[in-house]
Amino acid sequence: MRRGLGLFALACATLGLALTHGARAGEAARVSDAAVREAGFPAKLSDFGFFADGPRQRPAARVMPYALNTPLWSDGADKLRFIYLPAGTQLAADGEGLLQFPVGAAIIKTFAFGEGAARRLIETRVLLHRTDGWVALPYRWNAEQTEATLALTGGRIDLVTPAGEAISYAIPNKNQCKTCHSSSNKVVPIGPKARNLTTAWLGQMVKAGALDRVPDGAGILPDWRTHASGPAAPLARAYLDVNCAHCHQPGGGASNSGLDLRWEQDDPQAFGIGKRPVAAGRGAGEYEYSIVAGHPDESILLYRMASAEPGIAMPELGKASVDKDGVAVVRRWIAEMK
Amino acid sequence: MNRLAPSLLLATAALLASAAPLAAETHRVEPAQGQTALQEALILAAPGDVIELGEGRFTLTDGLSLDVEGVTVRGAGMDKTVLDFTGQQGAGEGLLVTSDNVTLRGFAIENPKGDGIKSKGADMIVYDGIRVEWTGGPKASNGAYGIYPVESTGVLVVRSKVIGASDAGIYVGQSRDITVRGNLVEYNVAGIEIENSRNALVTENIATHNTGGLLVFDLPGLPVMNGGNVIMRRNVVKDNDTPNFAPPGNIVASVRRGTGVLVMANDGVLIEENAFEGNATAHIMVIAYTQPFDDPRYNPYARNVIVGPNAFGRGGDDPQLDGKEMLLEAFGGALPPVLWDGIVEDDNGLRIAEGVTGWSLNLSKPGQSLAEAQPGPLALTPLESWEFPKVGAPAELEARLK
Repeated sequence: MRRGLGLFALACATLGLALTHGARAGEAARVSDAAVREAGFPAKLSDFGFFADGPRQRPAARVMPYALNTPLWSDGADKLRFIYLPAGTQLAADGEGLLQFPVGAAIIKTFAFGEGAARRLIETRVLLHRTDGWVALPYRWNAEQTEATLALTGGRIDLVTPAGEAISYAIPNKNQCKTCHSSSNKVVPIGPKARNLTTAWLGQMVKAGALDRVPDGAGILPDWRTHASGPAAPLARAYLDVNCAHCHQPGGGASNSGLDLRWEQDDPQAFGIGKRPVAAGRGAGEYEYSIVAGHPDESILLYRMASAEPGIAMPELGKASVDKDGVAVVRRWIAEMK
Repeated sequence: MNRLAPSLLLATAALLASAAPLAAETHRVEPAQGQTALQEALILAAPGDVIELGEGRFTLTDGLSLDVEGVTVRGAGMDKTVLDFTGQQGAGEGLLVTSDNVTLRGFAIENPKGDGIKSKGADMIVYDGIRVEWTGGPKASNGAYGIYPVESTGVLVVRSKVIGASDAGIYVGQSRDITVRGNLVEYNVAGIEIENSRNALVTENIATHNTGGLLVFDLPGLPVMNGGNVIMRRNVVKDNDTPNFAPPGNIVASVRRGTGVLVMANDGVLIEENAFEGNATAHIMVIAYTQPFDDPRYNPYARNVIVGPNAFGRGGDDPQLDGKEMLLEAFGGALPPVLWDGIVEDDNGLRIAEGVTGWSLNLSKPGQSLAEAQPGPLALTPLESWEFPKVGAPAELEARLK
């Protein structure tokens, strides 16, 4: 938990730094707008120039770190998140939803395991906003930690999670990137929604001219660091929104299930209470409903979250082990339901 | 893995340089090249390209996916090119297709952890000569669906084979303009299931040793509903005698062993010229949706269902129903071929051709307890003739078979 706070403080501090650096003339490290915008898949992460120092994840000018109130869980990986905005552009708020990115912008997320000197960068995923839409690409860091190269077909790497589990960690392939980052068959960002960003960060962005305004509803998702003791309902709904709703919503990859786990969905049956499975197969286990109010151990949703077995486990991608904290919150939420 | 990077990059460069839409290319992948080469080919294919899978067994650890339009994936035959997912570690299916105008032909998927091949929002797709098989026989731990097109317009599934699915062998869901023809489905819970779909032709298939042979369902609470206009014609529906091995929460877990054709809800189903034999509960069962629901868009009744002439052999002789002994005695040792729950919305429930016999539970509303059934012979005036819309996959898909 302390580490989480530290990361966030660091994100805010570096944001200030990145914003001031951006204004400074003659800054050496600059992002290649051509690499972001033009067709093709750059072979190396460094081709984009997102980092002044890639191995240390020090961002280049106009590359701004951010953090999320409730983050997507990926086998316990630490995530370093950045937004790149080309000179002369800014983000536009769209209510509490996804920030609107100008063409030429990019979102960069590095996945790392281990602390301090033992930290290993595993992969960096980039989302590039091109004229004809977003493109999602995965880059895999080399053993020497000097460079990340395009991994269109993804890959697997053996590692030990912070929870001490030895897993085969999966780097998604380009299509799998889209499986999650897809709305009505178009690639879209997932994370940077105003409701899941702090008003403090958004305020700094406005001050720096990188965002038009702080919208209503900004920062309303709970801070996941309170997961052990905070009210279960908002934590659980935020967790499901962030971890599941990119597929489980109309137009998403799991739309045909009819299960809609978005934060704003307020129809209890739509988010699973008393809802029968459609195509869950053995993922349904012995159970009949996604959620049985008051009975976490009879709820398919929790059963699938608590499994790491392919064919049963949810999410289907980006998960080789079980998020015990997430399971605990959702369990508490369902148990408290009347 | 890092050693693969240079070859990958070269391949990327080569393909990008040659990605002219008019010059469709064939990219061959051999089993020994494995997961990465195969997935790479699927990602880097240009629209119109052919991915040719060599003969032999591909040993795969992760689900594959295709998101490029107009690609053909072609193997050496369903018994020669095998994609073996026995060691699969991730993803919800063996192969996921999310692009339009794809043709899948002549290969097998074995032992995927979830579904076999899922195509979602993938219009105008052809599955031709595909085998999906769980090789350990019927087990609840097998994946749910073998061939699984969903949310698609234009679906043709032909000459394929599915064995061991713990839900449906061939499942077409929330789709329209569908032909499922000339397939063999055996040892699945449901052989073929058409769910929340319209304009489907299910013909010349063999459904045997499933729990239930051919199912037409319309379920509430889904993005796409109002299923109907389904024809089941000239199928062989025989000896569907495998005990139900579906996980309990699934709708097919309620299918009784020995069901030939099951129609639940739906608007417009024609069942004719099929051969039925050895379905111990009922050759044909027509019922309303049985569960409680809370969806104002949903119609739980089976409407405009026509049972035309069919060849009915032995059946209904070991019905998996309460009161079995009494029923058998009342009907003289075997139940007549058509079982209807008797539930009608208006005057548009079940209709039959001359000579079709059956029995009714004489229930009056959806969800009514079976304990309230008052079984009796089917008392319907046979139709002299009927009209039914022409249904099936677009001709353009049939043309791809030539």
